[in-house]
Amino acid sequence: MNTELTGVVVTFLLTILLAYPLGKYIAKVFAGEKTITDFMNPFERFIYRISGINTSRGMNWKEFLTAMLAINSLWFIYAFFLLLTQGSLPLNPDGNTSMTPDLSFNTAISFLVNCNLQHYSGESGLTYLTQLFVITFLQFVSAATGIACAVALFNGLKHKTTDDLGNFWAIFVKSITRLLLPICIVIAILLAFNGSPASFDGKDTITSLQGDTVNVSRGPSAGMIAIKHLGTNGGGWFGVNSAHPLENPNYLTGMLELIAQVLIPMAMLFALGFYIKRKKLAYTIFGIMTVGMLFLVVPTIIWEMNGSSEIAKLGILQATGAMEGKEVRFGPAASGYWSIITTIISTGSVNSMHDSSMPLSGMMQMLGMLINAFYGGCGVGILNYYIYIIIAVFIGGLMVGRTPEFMGHKVEAREVKIAAMVTLLSAFLIKGGTALAAYYFVNHGDADWAVKPAAWLNNPANHGFSEMFYEFTSSNANNGSGFEGLGDNNIFWNVTTGFAMILGRFLPIIGPIAIAGMLAKKKYIPETAGTLKIDSLTFGILTFAIIIIITALSYFPPLVLGPIAEYLGM
Amino acid sequence: MSKQKKNSKLLEGSLVTGALKQSFVKLKPGVMLKNPVMFTVYIGTIIMLGVCIWIAGGETSQGSLAYNLIIFGVLFITVLFANFAEAIAEARGKAQADSLRKTREDTPAKKIFPVGEMYVNEMKIVPSAELRKGDYFLCEAGDMIPMDGEITKGIATIDESAITGESAPVIREAGGDKSSVTGGTKVLSDRIEVRVTTEPGESFLDKMIALVEGASRQKTPNEIALTILLASFTIIFLIVCVTLKPFADYANTPITIAAFVSLYVCLIPTTIGGLLSAIGIAGMDRALRANVITKSGKAVETAGDLDTLLLDKTGTITIGNRKATNFYPANGVEAATFTEACALSSLADQTPEGKSIIELAKLDRIKLNTSGAKFIEFTAETRSSGIDLTDGTRIRKGAFDSIRKMVEKDGNIFPNETAEKVTGISSNGGTPLVVSKNNIVLGVIELQDIIKPGIQERFERLRKMGVKTVMVTGDNPLTAKFIAEKAGVDDFIAEATPEDKMNYIKQEQQGGKLVAMMGDGTNDAPALAQADVGVAMNSGTAAAKEAGNMVDLDNDPTKLIEIVEIGKQLLMTRGTLTTFSIANDVAKYFAIVPALFITSIPALQALNIMQLHSPESAILSAVIFNALIIPMLIPLALKGVAYKPIGASALLRRNLLIYGLGGVIVPFIGIKLIDLVVALFI
Repeated sequence: MNTELTGVVVTFLLTILLAYPLGKYIAKVFAGEKTITDFMNPFERFIYRISGINTSRGMNWKEFLTAMLAINSLWFIYAFFLLLTQGSLPLNPDGNTSMTPDLSFNTAISFLVNCNLQHYSGESGLTYLTQLFVITFLQFVSAATGIACAVALFNGLKHKTTDDLGNFWAIFVKSITRLLLPICIVIAILLAFNGSPASFDGKDTITSLQGDTVNVSRGPSAGMIAIKHLGTNGGGWFGVNSAHPLENPNYLTGMLELIAQVLIPMAMLFALGFYIKRKKLAYTIFGIMTVGMLFLVVPTIIWEMNGSSEIAKLGILQATGAMEGKEVRFGPAASGYWSIITTIISTGSVNSMHDSSMPLSGMMQMLGMLINAFYGGCGVGILNYYIYIIIAVFIGGLMVGRTPEFMGHKVEAREVKIAAMVTLLSAFLIKGGTALAAYYFVNHGDADWAVKPAAWLNNPANHGFSEMFYEFTSSNANNGSGFEGLGDNNIFWNVTTGFAMILGRFLPIIGPIAIAGMLAKKKYIPETAGTLKIDSLTFGILTFAIIIIITALSYFPPLVLGPIAEYLGM
Repeated sequence: MSKQKKNSKLLEGSLVTGALKQSFVKLKPGVMLKNPVMFTVYIGTIIMLGVCIWIAGGETSQGSLAYNLIIFGVLFITVLFANFAEAIAEARGKAQADSLRKTREDTPAKKIFPVGEMYVNEMKIVPSAELRKGDYFLCEAGDMIPMDGEITKGIATIDESAITGESAPVIREAGGDKSSVTGGTKVLSDRIEVRVTTEPGESFLDKMIALVEGASRQKTPNEIALTILLASFTIIFLIVCVTLKPFADYANTPITIAAFVSLYVCLIPTTIGGLLSAIGIAGMDRALRANVITKSGKAVETAGDLDTLLLDKTGTITIGNRKATNFYPANGVEAATFTEACALSSLADQTPEGKSIIELAKLDRIKLNTSGAKFIEFTAETRSSGIDLTDGTRIRKGAFDSIRKMVEKDGNIFPNETAEKVTGISSNGGTPLVVSKNNIVLGVIELQDIIKPGIQERFERLRKMGVKTVMVTGDNPLTAKFIAEKAGVDDFIAEATPEDKMNYIKQEQQGGKLVAMMGDGTNDAPALAQADVGVAMNSGTAAAKEAGNMVDLDNDPTKLIEIVEIGKQLLMTRGTLTTFSIANDVAKYFAIVPALFITSIPALQALNIMQLHSPESAILSAVIFNALIIPMLIPLALKGVAYKPIGASALLRRNLLIYGLGGVIVPFIGIKLIDLVVALFI
């Protein structure tokens, strides 16, 4: 096996190796057992005291969601106004300007919902103050929100019958103090030692060999780069994200960032097994997700390493594969792996330009986001998968001749209704948004916006279609990566994707937690030989088939018009 | 079941014509609205009609009139097929119920008027339709019973074959658990007075007919949940089709309305949508065919979920009553002497056990010299019975300790080896009866329960379904345990009282289990009502029948097992056809999507993997396939998917393979074949 592939395999195996003990640790933390981070106890108690949090008070699913939504609304207002006025606030050595209202709307939502879609470039669009106190802050709390919601689901599954999904505030605080903060410090230090800047100085100036003077942006970036991956946020300090030499200096940091973004989503799966004491269930889910990931990763790496047939037609040798839009220090294999990981995980950081991937690789990236549950985002990946499980349980349960039940609780009309609505929502947001964009592009090409619709697309035809489709897919999936080549900093894209992001974040959290809460409240039915075994391979395959069928059936036409047509036309 | 007398043919001529008519009647929008999936197809059909008129008026951008008319026609037929599926299911259920009802219409009834024109309790012949709840009527040998009721006076043998198909007459008498009579059955002997227990039109049968006819049919919870899921799929595909318009504009591809509507109709789950209500009706119909009247569709569905079955030992697990199986003479007693003594002791014993002893002894009654003998009846005090012959010989037969007391009182010794035999028999689930002659022990008779042949296999089958079986018996725990083990039931309630049953049911239910039981007596009524599925025997009391949610016309205690399977079949049929319906979409996409865009993006020809003739033929073939699959699956919907007790995972694998994978592959073949035919005409 060549070294490029070896690098990818080693990275993946290292991730599992680290995720497993971390999962065990997470389960212990939230079960209140003794862990090595118990020295944080006094600090947490201090936070609880000044915030007036009574950690012993459990919450039902409605209270839990109310708490979660209330604090998130507050953060949104805070972020919106800070971004709107950043130009006149301190910590702005480069003298960057304030954001327009539509851009700050979009950016505040984007980071609040763990999406990190960026319609600005970090070097010129933000100040150090907003980088730290809006962006980095939201990257921590949005990741912690996701983890807290997943733990609420765990609590619903753990007990036979319960009303109590845990205390949102307590879980939220612990997610930061026990999980995100300690690991981030380690990663940030590693990044800083490898060359990521960690200073408050403004732009540096260097003179190139040709004698040109170049201004190089920098700032206190190492910490932000750590949480952007660990919290599956993905928004870059610099415009080109982790393709930037200061954001991702070498192959080692590349591996580190790759591991960091998969670490918590994967560990949460193991944690599920330990926490609810159903390890086999966790392994089955992990297995199905891994198979799903491989279905996307393997072809992508092959296509990227094979290079482009169009370039081959020009008579150009592509010994190293398709290198357009890629960094030489990572190469096509690691870049292909990253492009899939970052889309299935909902990170959305990039180390190569997805716009330049092979057409079908582009489709794989879109599928990763459309499914959004192969590992999935920090905490929310499991919630997304849970919705698929509910639908699979319903259909599978009928197929074995029993009223469908999930872990001893009957799945009835109300739960099916919620699961169906969540599934519907993404189809509506993604296709509705893309359709609206296509409509404006075709019929109102010269609308008086910052970027005229006719000038939105850098590429014509199918690829241009992919750019629009990708943008909404990424927003809905709270992924945040861009296909680029899209003129997106204008009122249309800022507002529409803003709504797609916020709906695509909170409804898929509210739905599963509501279902979990309702199911947990129901009478427990013991398992019999006639019960559908949800930790069996057969059920795993059914879930997988349902994921593929639902996604394929909902998005077949846009995928055909975008990447498939582009590929067939090559 | 031996009684497959009722038509097993799925589609009978007369039913089909009626159902065809009904398919048109059901086109009323109010009726269509009940099925959201098919309602949208209905709207699509109307839109296509509008398009056809538009084209006839001179519009040229929408393709030829003939093509649009054909699409309209196919969609219309799709709607009709779905209506037909429901109508034929209703018709079958109705025919089944009608044949039962026919027997009871307009029978002359001998009504008793407490205060008549001339006498008190005057009897007058009136048509059965005039009988009301609480009225009394008289039935004599040869009379047809005009109405469901309860015997208040008398005993009679009754021929219930009209209802149950069982030709052997049954005995019904006042004041027991077998006091109930059913309208349409015939009194063969004696004379009974009966109180009417139902208003006309409100008997269980009438209720069932109303359910099947759809007038009072309500969607079951599970059906509602599935409808929601199907509706959401429908909306997803509506979004697919609506957003396709701007996408197509972007790609500079004009798409005709016919193509939009066709794509939409093909993608939404019309197959399951069209068959859903037929499946539900067919479930109740299958129950009726098994001679079970269900009071609601929900009960059938619940039956599929049952976790625990309470089964009476007698009649379900064992055949009738205990039988004598062995004679064990004491040491020094001749076998022939002992056998004769056994027979003599049982001559007066009219219990089934006593009769079985004589049967086993194989002695001629006449040869036994019993002239002038005095028969000693069984009393609770002596716990023995027997005979005193004229020569002074006293033969006694009874329980071990009562005989021992007698024997030892006379100073005789109870032989050890007989005592051992007694213990041996007890621990093997048998009942020992000791026989003595002049207070000297002669030996012991072994009585055994005879377990029904094949019952172990049935319990094994239930266990694989995940259903726990519980034997209910009046026997002592030791005997009960032995029989329970031998028959292979999972648990037993010994020395059971009605309260015990009730408590057991409650306890199971607290653990989240669904429990079914069968009963006939009034004292069973509370437990029947408490159970999730309570099956009352038709011969049982009115109270029992009122308390349960099903009535078994055959009075067959093993019926519960069949009911469970019918319930499971119902759910499985829904699940598998949903899977099939959704899986079909893959092929339909590959037929239609390339057809839509091929003119503007020629490269998409590569997606036309079925090599369909032309865009028009591709779309036509897909909608035709979509329409034809509905009637092709009607037989499956009516018969139900076969249930195999092979464990949930294996069952899921099997159904996924057949209906999931099959659902992906079949339409590729079907659409291609239809396209080959369609291509001949285009």
